Amino acid sequence: MAMLHIVNKSPFERVSFRSCLNHAKAGDSILMIEDAAVAAMDNTSFSDELKAAMADKSVYVLGGDYAARGLSEDRMIDGIKSVDYAGFVDLTVENETTQSWL
Amino acid sequence: MKFTIMINEGPYQHQSSDSALQFARAVLAQGHEIFRVFFYHDGVNNGTRLSVPPADDRLLQKEWSELSKKHDLDLVLCIAAAQRRGIMDASEAERQGLDANNIIEGFRISGLGQLIEGGIQSDRTIVFGD
Repeated sequence: MAMLHIVNKSPFERVSFRSCLNHAKAGDSILMIEDAAVAAMDNTSFSDELKAAMADKSVYVLGGDYAARGLSEDRMIDGIKSVDYAGFVDLTVENETTQSWL
Repeated sequence: MKFTIMINEGPYQHQSSDSALQFARAVLAQGHEIFRVFFYHDGVNNGTRLSVPPADDRLLQKEWSELSKKHDLDLVLCIAAAQRRGIMDASEAERQGLDANNIIEGFRISGLGQLIEGGIQSDRTIVFGD
């Protein structure tokens, strides 16, 4: 049963994103919203961990929250999919369960 | 598909109320149903009609209220969380011997059981908060 993990904290500030990566299973999806959007940037102290997770999980970022933090698409890790709120809703429909990592 | 949305934060400390509102609009725009929106902890601050932010700031309380009117949404404030924060409807204010109420149109005050029922009745329960 696939789960959508919704993360809203920067991994540079709190440990919830790392907890999420430690718990998420193969085939799950991870959506970064709010402050977690900064984790979509490449070449950070966290990007290797996220790239490793992307081997068997799908990773998405809420595009508006990423842009609202002044980050450009060309700095994003390859393979991360940018979604809008409609895409967010679709992810909650496609996955049987959701977990908000507050 | 039926959704219940839970909101644990108010409009002025974190982004979560804004995220939840935009999510709710997207849910409705795609033809899904919102069974209930449950406001818990500081989330009850979304339900006051007495907030007066600066003119260039958004007024989430009014936006929730208008969304509720347009789509006949069930917006529920947790009673214990609301009483702690001074969010009252007319009957609660009277029951507590208070001289005023401040709940905004479209919201109602009820118990945590409403959240549990929302989780049972809905296909998805999505939580927003800090």
